[in-house]
Amino acid sequence: MEKSLTWREFIVTRAIQASGYSAIVFVALIFFFLLREGAPALTDVKLSTLFSARWYPIEDYFGVLPLITGSLVVTIGAMLIAFPLGIGTAVYISEIAPRWIREILKPLVELLGGLPSVVLGFLGILLVSPFLRVFLNLPTGLTAFTGSLLLGGIAVPTIVSVAEDALDAVPRSYREGAWALGATRWQTIWYVTLPAAKSGVLTAVMLGVGRAIGETMTVMMVTGNAPVLATALGSWFAPARTMTATIAAEMGEVANGSAHYHVLFFIGIVLFLISLGVNVAASSVVFRAKKRAERILS
Amino acid sequence: MKRVLTALFLFSFVAVSCNLLSSRPSSNLPTIYIENKGSDTLVNLALAWAERYQEKHADVRISVTGGGSGTGIAALINNTVDIANMSREIKPEELAEARAKGVNPIEYVIARDAIAVIVNPENPVSNLTLQQLSDIYSGKINNWSEVGGEDRPIVRLSRETNSGTHIYFLETVLRLGREGDATLFSTDTLLLPSSEGIILETRQNPNAIGYDGLGYVPNDLKMVAIAEGPNSSYVLPSIATVNDGSYPIARDLYLYSNGEPTGALADYLAWILSEEAQRIVAELGFVPVE
Repeated sequence: MEKSLTWREFIVTRAIQASGYSAIVFVALIFFFLLREGAPALTDVKLSTLFSARWYPIEDYFGVLPLITGSLVVTIGAMLIAFPLGIGTAVYISEIAPRWIREILKPLVELLGGLPSVVLGFLGILLVSPFLRVFLNLPTGLTAFTGSLLLGGIAVPTIVSVAEDALDAVPRSYREGAWALGATRWQTIWYVTLPAAKSGVLTAVMLGVGRAIGETMTVMMVTGNAPVLATALGSWFAPARTMTATIAAEMGEVANGSAHYHVLFFIGIVLFLISLGVNVAASSVVFRAKKRAERILS
Repeated sequence: MKRVLTALFLFSFVAVSCNLLSSRPSSNLPTIYIENKGSDTLVNLALAWAERYQEKHADVRISVTGGGSGTGIAALINNTVDIANMSREIKPEELAEARAKGVNPIEYVIARDAIAVIVNPENPVSNLTLQQLSDIYSGKINNWSEVGGEDRPIVRLSRETNSGTHIYFLETVLRLGREGDATLFSTDTLLLPSSEGIILETRQNPNAIGYDGLGYVPNDLKMVAIAEGPNSSYVLPSIATVNDGSYPIARDLYLYSNGEPTGALADYLAWILSEEAQRIVAELGFVPVE
């Protein structure tokens, strides 16, 4: 009996270990695949063409810059909207709201997170974009800003849910200590609770960025998909074409192994590297914050 | 208990799938399947044909999918469909690829289509020459006042680059049918993934100009009369003006089969050119052949 238990334990441990490592294996495999399909783009297409401002693949214009700036404008815009809204909601739910409101709000926010993005895109086309065109007096309502608004809406539940958990995990003694020193509720939240939950809040924002930059369906429906190079703030209120929408719209039709096909995979690599960069930057900040906290506490 | 439930579940699953498999050949006649894929412009027409034909021929099952002309011909080349629906002629490189894979595409002109240029009903502009249209879409004209309209910016709408309609519009309108002309769409042209997207935006935006197959233009949008040159007269798209050749933005629509069709496929293709099937063409806003 004893022996079979240890034997079983051995299997379970190995199984868990394997599933842990599998994440690394999958990421490596995906990256390898992307690299294999995307790297030929660098030889198929001249670099000066690849980094030009014109994207019109059916006539061999493969400039990816407008797509990169398009994705950046839409994503940064979405974070400008989602970050304050998400953190604010999380603080309200965790620190301020009475118990019964919290009990209603939290599941509602999570429900919002489960909304299919096609549905949001449809709402965007029918309601948000006509409203924005009239309200902001724009030529068209299908703009990067419309995409940012809806992506912000998609990212908020992710941010709220993770940030709220992080705030919840801050020990009660921290808040009590602050109150005992005579800090107001706001001072406690701003100077004690939020900094204490910093790494969790940062993770929440990261996940939000990841959700926003990878989102495809909604942006394809509401941003107008015009590959214009973003150069000024005004680009936020003009149509844009994101990397994800380009891959989604064109991959289905492209001839396997053609230059266009390789360039689409190359865009996939760029997308992969951007989210990798964001993750590395965030974890280094979290890491540094932890070290500092350890120094102070010791 | 759990194990019993799992077993039951598995068993019922197997039973259902067996049932599905065995129910197919239960009719007396052997069922013939015809797979039909390609141009989104042709989807509704192909569906209407398929429905009518199956009413009369219970032994034939016709499936229709869209995805674009490029998708259709690719599927025919890979021999996964019987018919490719195309809103353009097969390209030489596609023909070469087909031949290389032992597929011999045979062409049928089965209807004609006109591209209507649409604007919001509030827009006072109702006449444009092909040259003006080309200048609008290539970005030389940016305000409606330059073509006799109000002082409003022009918002250009187009289908995505993988649509046959997009390529046809590029060649016939932007490049005015000139060989070797390299005029391109202005970069700020909105590339919408569907006809429906163009219609929705044109309906609510007085700045917009778009194009779509004549069969898909709803009544509440305004069609623009087009003149071929500065001295020709402005012509609105209609079945009559497409058939007599006076409307300048019209094209043939095609089906491609792999080799000379035989049996049920041959019967179906012959029926498509019959008077009954061509009446459906007219009902859907396309232009019948002959």
